[in-house]
Amino acid sequence: MKIVVCVSHVPDTATRINVSGDGKNIDSTGVTYIVNPYDEFAIEEALKHKEKSGGETYVVSLGGDANKETIKKALAMGIDNGILLKDDSYRDSLSVAKALAAEIKSIGADLVFFGKQSVDYDSSAVGQLTAELLGMPLISVVVDLSVEGSKVTAEREIEGGKEVIETTLPCVITTQKGLNEPRYASLKGIMAAKKKIIEEKPALAVANYVELLQMKRPPAKEAGKIVGTDVSAVPELVRLLREEAKVI
Amino acid sequence: MSKVLVFIEQRNGIIKKASFEAARVAADIAGKTGSEVEAVCIGDEVESLEKAGNFSVPAVTHIKNKDFANYSSSAYASALAEHAQGASATVVVFANTSMAKEFSPLVAANLDAGLAMDATAYQVDSTSFIVTRPVYAGKALIDVKITSPVKVLTLRPNVFNPGEPSDLKAAVTVKEVTNADLRSKVIETKKAEGKLDVAEADKIVSGGRGLKGPEHFTLIEELAEELGAAVGASRAVVDAGWRSHSEQVGQTGKTVSPNLYIAVAISGAIQHLAGMRSSKYIVAINKDKDAPIFQVADYGIVGDAFEIVPELIKEIKKIK
Ligand SMILES: Cc1cc2nc3c(=O)[nH]c(=O)nc-3n(C[C@H](O)[C@H](O)[C@H](O)COP(=O)(O)OP(=O)(O)OC[C@H]3O[C@@H](n4cnc5c(N)ncnc54)[C@H](O)[C@@H]3O)c2cc1C
Ligand SMILES: Nc1ncnc2c1ncn2[C@@H]1O[C@H](COP(=O)(O)O)[C@@H](O)[C@H]1O
Repeated sequence: MKIVVCVSHVPDTATRINVSGDGKNIDSTGVTYIVNPYDEFAIEEALKHKEKSGGETYVVSLGGDANKETIKKALAMGIDNGILLKDDSYRDSLSVAKALAAEIKSIGADLVFFGKQSVDYDSSAVGQLTAELLGMPLISVVVDLSVEGSKVTAEREIEGGKEVIETTLPCVITTQKGLNEPRYASLKGIMAAKKKIIEEKPALAVANYVELLQMKRPPAKEAGKIVGTDVSAVPELVRLLREEAKVI
Repeated sequence: MSKVLVFIEQRNGIIKKASFEAARVAADIAGKTGSEVEAVCIGDEVESLEKAGNFSVPAVTHIKNKDFANYSSSAYASALAEHAQGASATVVVFANTSMAKEFSPLVAANLDAGLAMDATAYQVDSTSFIVTRPVYAGKALIDVKITSPVKVLTLRPNVFNPGEPSDLKAAVTVKEVTNADLRSKVIETKKAEGKLDVAEADKIVSGGRGLKGPEHFTLIEELAEELGAAVGASRAVVDAGWRSHSEQVGQTGKTVSPNLYIAVAISGAIQHLAGMRSSKYIVAINKDKDAPIFQVADYGIVGDAFEIVPELIKEIKKIK
């Protein structure tokens, strides 16, 4: 059994976003980068699956040298092998997926985990795209998962509830908060990770179909109105909501 | 003539409202690019498909099979991709619902199409296709240009106004399909009983840690009930176990853009704002006048939620 986890390396969610000089990216001065929060659930699930059923685990990240930090974190949590698909340039989701799919195919994975979304570009697409490129069935936004033999049953979040989905291995899962509690890397894990070698190779070169023209700040909201400072303001608030905003 | 397709989503045979927003956008894109527009619905029995006509889409193809009654990512994706190929579609538009978020990228990969998810604006003509979408949880926007011959686009619900429905009825063509690709299938749907979901709601009342305990959420529920709103929550109260994660609004919860968002006793941390700042009207009730939530609120009351909210419920009852 080979289990692959794909992880992205993203700015901390508390980061205040400023647009960089070229108007196409964020100004990374002083920004801390972290393992994409949703990918921690993916790493944890891969580790749990290995503990239960055995197998070999791989973490794959596409990006620049900085992504090694994120790969190391996954290795310290217990993933066996680290692979960096090197490319510093901007890539659209499909071109990321094509490079990941090529690598996953060459590993020969039976079970592939993604986070449900990267908290930088927020596309929520790379896992699904990769599944289709691999010809594997997909279940996304998973909050409960069971794999028995080759039978896979998962619960995924939808509007107003959940749906229970069945499929078979090999398959792709994208993980959502609630699936598990990601473990902390133990001291032993951190030491062991230091000895693991991260395999580096160039990411498969493919054309982008989506070109980034510019990044901009959202239109500033006009300063709101403080209607009042105690209960006497309530009738005025209701009037404003009714007559000005027309929302009630 | 090239074709713009719009996916019409049904659950239990009933069409989603956001699909009509997408229909109007698809018709507009078709007009601007000199293309035809067609709606595609995948399902078994589906009610009122001719309604797509009310939103400027004169033709609907209903891809029909009894196994399409329930959603299946593999079956829906291959059926739609096959249809798109057959129709030589150049653009496929979806509303960015949980169903489309899952299977629209499958369609894109299948068609080798460039894709933009969760768009909030677009600027297209016969030579260029530019889409605006929020990134970093709405802290920034990007303009992207899709350059591939086939393009897939999903639209953030509640952003595009579907406008007044006309009387026009669409012509519905049923296309029976024999073999559904059921590699993955839904075997059960668990509905959260009678509850409105924040992701779909037109109004939301959210509560935060300032409410001091789960028992005080009855206040939030009551206000929501009066307004016909969904109940939302900050992460602090979800982490404390007061409310379920499905109600969490924010960067690691749901991104919402209702017409009205009322934040009660929520400080307005950057990760919370990320999930709700695109709401049309924001009301904040917080006892700290310096709480960051007031920076994004259209209307604020600085005061004690335990006094303000009961009064608000009373006033709203009065006008009903
Ligand atoms: C990686 C990461 C992801 C995150 N994702 C999210 C997310 O998705 N969503 C989210 O919400 N948060 C998220 N957070 C957490 C966020 O940083 C804040 O901690 C959280 O939003 C605070 O919740 P709160 O406003 O309810 O609580 P607090 O910050 O404790 O605020 C309580 C507020 O209540 C007010 N108050 C107290 N008593 C009263 C009263 N009687 N009447 C009126 N007002 C009163 C106080 O003035 C205060 O402003 C995330 C954090 C991290 C690190
Ligand atoms: N550059 C990358 N390298 C490896 N995995 C990635 C990369 N970008 C995205 N992913 C994976 O795809 C998921 C969804 O990302 P996105 O579609 O960008 O929101 C993430 O949670 C990761 O698991």
